[in-house]
Amino acid sequence: MINQFGADFLGLNGTLTLSSLLSQMGSGLVVTGQVFLITLLGSLPLGVLIALGRMSKIKPLAWLMRLYISFMRGTPLMLQLMALYYIPYYVFGIKLNLLNIDVQAFGGLMVNIPWVMTACCIGFILNYAAYFAEIYRGGIQSIPRGHYEAAEVLGYSKAQTFMKIVLPQVFKRILPAVGNEVITLVKDTSLCFVLALAEMFTIVKQIVAAQVSMVPFILAALVYWGFTMLVEFLLGRVEKHFDYYHD
Amino acid sequence: MASENILVNLEHARKSFGDTEVLKDISLTVEKGEVLAIIGPSGGGKSTLLRCCTLLETLDGGSLSFADVVVTTDDGSGAIYADKKTLAKARTHFGLVFQNFNLFPHYTVMKNLIDAPVSVQKKPKAEAEAKARELIVKMGLEGKDDMVPCELSGGQQQRVAIARALMLDPDVLFFDEPTSALDPELTKGVLKVIRGLAEEHMTMVIVTHEMAFARDVADHVIFMDGGVIVEQGPAKQVIENPQHSRTRAFLHSDS
Repeated sequence: MINQFGADFLGLNGTLTLSSLLSQMGSGLVVTGQVFLITLLGSLPLGVLIALGRMSKIKPLAWLMRLYISFMRGTPLMLQLMALYYIPYYVFGIKLNLLNIDVQAFGGLMVNIPWVMTACCIGFILNYAAYFAEIYRGGIQSIPRGHYEAAEVLGYSKAQTFMKIVLPQVFKRILPAVGNEVITLVKDTSLCFVLALAEMFTIVKQIVAAQVSMVPFILAALVYWGFTMLVEFLLGRVEKHFDYYHD
Repeated sequence: MASENILVNLEHARKSFGDTEVLKDISLTVEKGEVLAIIGPSGGGKSTLLRCCTLLETLDGGSLSFADVVVTTDDGSGAIYADKKTLAKARTHFGLVFQNFNLFPHYTVMKNLIDAPVSVQKKPKAEAEAKARELIVKMGLEGKDDMVPCELSGGQQQRVAIARALMLDPDVLFFDEPTSALDPELTKGVLKVIRGLAEEHMTMVIVTHEMAFARDVADHVIFMDGGVIVEQGPAKQVIENPQHSRTRAFLHSDS
């Protein structure tokens, strides 16, 4: 009995070779990495705008951003992804299979990005920007009033004060909190399986079902862990870069 | 204007925070080359007065001007502020040194000094750096150019802050309790620098609790309490021979 279970567990009854498993996981990992990077590139700057809107003196804008943040943090990311993917078709009747981006200007290429990939990235960007916005807000509000006043007396404009005095200090202060979110994002990319985007977790899940073996899950866990260790290392480097001062 | 030598002219200044009247009809003038010390108990309105003069707070009523730049006028209905451009011009007339220094912690000493001249006044970087090096020597901060504020003592930080204000060539320099965050030894170094500026006839308005310093360095002293100027006059006279009982009580409370 135990031996039979062990054989099933390790997938010895299957026909999949280790190298084929790894190459399938590798192709999934590329997609995982793409979702990860695109999400960061989109949500980190978008979060600044949302944070500024949230702190705006224009009350309706501040309330709108509050509502946005509340909704994005208050509903499951998985549901948000599904909604984004299905709404264009079921609500507006638009069938989006491919998003064609003509990048002719960049060398005559026509890139076809599947709608499922686009939906996943937009969903992650919109969701993560809400979390980043709140981290930024906390960072911006932690800068002492006196720095704004010193800048004002020295004649800095509002924009100069924000870009030169406030934002660089905010970066250093929020790095640990942003790092938390970035690490979470590595593993959250696995939520794309609900839309069957061929990222690593979706592929691994399919292999597990077909092979009746847990090994792919274990390997996937190790790959995610390795990925986060790389992120931790890079974050450590960035923190070190800001180590030259404290306040 | 009474004299073209008047750099700061404040008349009938009024300011309230909620129901609390912090400034009640304050008038003062600062002449070119004059050192004015403002003394008095905490909560007496000294800092608010300074913050209104440096445009960090807005007056409810009264008029304020720097030389020929009119910041506010008051026809009796309250303070009317000039447009943004005029206020920006007024800011070029004065500098402010804070109690807590408020240096930019992510900038080196050099960058703290040259950033405003270069990015606000659009001065050439080399010119700003040459001036900064001069001021660094003058403030006794040789060799600290590339240090960041957290590597300096409080006294050194305050001297950097004074240099930062001087970089913009202000007509008048305001000090808001510049030594209140420092121990007596560090205080000495900062006061020495301010004394040096007084000897060069730098126009200064100093809110301070250092009575001996005010007596020796200031030309005039204003004693403020409860939002009014209780007594004012030549420094030596107000501090050594105060006329008003409230001033006497304050000056003798710590001796």
